[in-house]
Amino acid sequence: MDADDLRIIVCEEILNIAPEAELDGLDPQEDLRDALDLDSMDMLNIITALHERLGVDIPEANAGEFVTLRGAVEFLKSELA
Amino acid sequence: MNAQEGAVGAMERIAKKIAPHSLSPNLKDYDKESRAFSWEGARGQLDGLPDGSLNIAYEAVDRHLLKGRADKVAIRWLSKSGSRKDITYGQLAEDTDRFARLLTNLGLNPGDRVFSMLGRVPELYIAALGTLKAGMVFSPLFSAFGPEPVKTRLIIGEAACLITSAPLYRRKIASIRNELPKLEHVLIIDPGEDELPEGLHGLPALLSQTEADFQTVATDPEDMALLHFTSGTTGTPKGAVHVHAAVIAHHVTGQYALDLHEDDIYWCTADPGWVTGMSYGIIAPLTNATTMIVNEAEFDVDQWYDVLEKERVSVWYTAPTAIRMLMKAGKERLEGRDLSHLRFMSSVGEPLNPEAVVWSDEAFGMPFHDNWWQTETGGIMIANYASMDVKPGSMGKPLPGIEAAIVDNRNGNVTVLEEPNEIGELALRTGWPSIMRAYLNNPEKFEKCFVGEWYLTGDLAVQDEDGYFWFVGRADDVIKSAGHLIGPFEVESSLIEHPGVAEAGVIGIPDERMGEVVKAYVTLNSGFQWSEELRKELIGFARKRLGPAVAPREIEVRNTLPKTRSGKIMRRLLKARELGLPEGDISTLESDES
Repeated sequence: MDADDLRIIVCEEILNIAPEAELDGLDPQEDLRDALDLDSMDMLNIITALHERLGVDIPEANAGEFVTLRGAVEFLKSELA
Repeated sequence: MNAQEGAVGAMERIAKKIAPHSLSPNLKDYDKESRAFSWEGARGQLDGLPDGSLNIAYEAVDRHLLKGRADKVAIRWLSKSGSRKDITYGQLAEDTDRFARLLTNLGLNPGDRVFSMLGRVPELYIAALGTLKAGMVFSPLFSAFGPEPVKTRLIIGEAACLITSAPLYRRKIASIRNELPKLEHVLIIDPGEDELPEGLHGLPALLSQTEADFQTVATDPEDMALLHFTSGTTGTPKGAVHVHAAVIAHHVTGQYALDLHEDDIYWCTADPGWVTGMSYGIIAPLTNATTMIVNEAEFDVDQWYDVLEKERVSVWYTAPTAIRMLMKAGKERLEGRDLSHLRFMSSVGEPLNPEAVVWSDEAFGMPFHDNWWQTETGGIMIANYASMDVKPGSMGKPLPGIEAAIVDNRNGNVTVLEEPNEIGELALRTGWPSIMRAYLNNPEKFEKCFVGEWYLTGDLAVQDEDGYFWFVGRADDVIKSAGHLIGPFEVESSLIEHPGVAEAGVIGIPDERMGEVVKAYVTLNSGFQWSEELRKELIGFARKRLGPAVAPREIEVRNTLPKTRSGKIMRRLLKARELGLPEGDISTLESDES
C-alpha cells in the first residue's frame, strides 16, 4: 500500500467519525484537532478504526504522530512496510 | 433504600503517612480545623480594597506586588509548539491594567459582560483578570463548542465584548455574528496581515496604543464577577452568576483541598472554558501566590509526563477522563522519570473510580484525591485532604465551613436522612461565599435549586458511617461526559432542526474513558429513509452546530419514542433499555417506543 492509498484510508476513517470534516485543502502538516475541530475522543476513535481496518497496532505512545495527516500516513506506511 | 452491597468502600482505604521531611499540609487535622473555621477568618486572609470593597483580580495579582513578589513567576505558559513564556506577577499586573484600560477606553462600563472564546493562551488569562479589574463580568466559553452553543450563551449572557482568535472567529462566530446585536466589540488576538472585516478589532494594535495605568475598580463583594454556563435537563443553558466575594472560597479551598503553598508549582489541566479552569486554573493559584503552569496542548501521555517532570510540578489537579487514559497507557510510561517534587494530586469532574485511585497510589506513590463541586457552588465543597485517609471511590468530607447532608426531597419537603448509607440527594447548607447568586434572567430555575436553607445539588449520594460521601448518580437526565455537563435538550433541539428528524431523545451511555458519551435516538419525518448516509449526515449536522464535545457520538433510529401523557420523551426509559436495567416506574408511559 502506498502513501496515496493510506491517505485515502485515513481520510475515510476521519469522515466516519466526523462526517462534517472538510478535507479539501487540508494542510497535511496541520494539527487535525485544530483544522477539523476534533477532540481527543475523536482521535482515539479514529486510531481504533485504523487499527481494526489495517491490523496495525498504534500504541498510545505514538498517538502524538497521529495529530497530522502526514504523520499518520507516514507512521502507517512504516508499520506496513 | 440502602446503597448496593459493595458500592461503598469495596477497596481498602489508603492510609496517610506524611513523610517527616515533606511540607506540612495546610489542613493538618480535619476535625479540629472544621471546628475552628469561620468565613470571617477566611476573609481576613485577603487584603481587600478600601471601605470593604473586594475585587478578585486585586487579590490574585496586585496585592502581591506590595509583598515583594513582583519578580515571581505567576504564569509559566507552555505553548503547543514547545516554547515557554514566563509572566511575573509584576508583568501580569501591568498587562491586566492595560487590558482593563482598553475595555474602559472602548466605552464599556462596570457590569458589562466580556466573553472569551480562546484556547489556553496568555491573552485568555490577561483578559479574565483585566476584565475583573475593570469591574466588568467575565464569561469564558469552551473553544470546542460549535456555533449553536456559543450563540445561545452569548445571547443569554448579553455579551458586549468578545475576545477570540481569527480561526475561531471564522469557524464559530462569523456565521452567527448578525444574530448578536448586543455584541458591540470583537477583539481578535491574532489578526494577521489582512484587513479585518468591519466590527472586528485587532487586539495587539489596540493594546500598543493603550497605557497601563489603571486603578482596579473597588467592587462591592456582592458585585457580579463571573458568569459560568451550565446545562440542565430542560431548556437553554443557565448562566450561573458568581460575585467577587467568591474569591474568599477560591482562596481558602485552594489551601485546604489542593494544599496550595506559596512555593508550589501548580498545574491545573482544566480549560478555563469550564468553572474548574477559572476557579482553580486562574484564581486560587494566584491568590495563593503560587507559580502556575498553563499547558496549551491537548492531552498527550508523554507530553503530560514531560510537563510534570521538567516543570517540577508539586501540586497537580486533573480529571478522571485523563487519569483513566494515563492508566490505560500503563505505569511503564513513568519509568525513568523523576517526579520527586510531586507532593499532591487531586481530581475533579466526575467520581474517580476506585481502581484509578489505587492505580495512582502504585504508579505515583500517592493517590489522587477526588473532590466534588459544581458550577453553581463556585468552589470545592467536598474533598479528600492531604492529611486524611483516602477511601478509594469516595469524594471525601465537606470542606471546613461547608455543611453537607443527604436529604429526601419530595415535592419541596426536605428531610435530612440521618442514617448512614441511605441514598438521597446531596444538599448543602447555604451561606458560603462562592454559591451562585442567580441564574441570569432565570429566577424560576434558580429558586428551584433551594428549599429552606438547603441548596439541592441534583446529585444522588450516600454518607458512610465515617462521614465520607459517595456519589451514586444524577437525579435528572443530565449527561456527564469528560466531566462536563451536557443538557440533553440542547442536543435534541439541534437534531430536530434537520429536516429529516421528527423527534429526538438524547441520553448518556457509559464509556470507560469519558464517563458517559452522548447517544441520540431519532424518529424520521415522512419522506426520509434511514441509511448509513443519513446517520452520518446527522452526526455531521450535529457536530457542526454543537461541536465535538456536545454532539452525539452515536445515533439510532426508532419508529416512535417512549413518551409520557404530556408528550415528554422518557429518556430514563431509553437509557434503562440501552443498558438492560430495570425499567422502574412506567405508570406515566403513554406511548411506547417501537
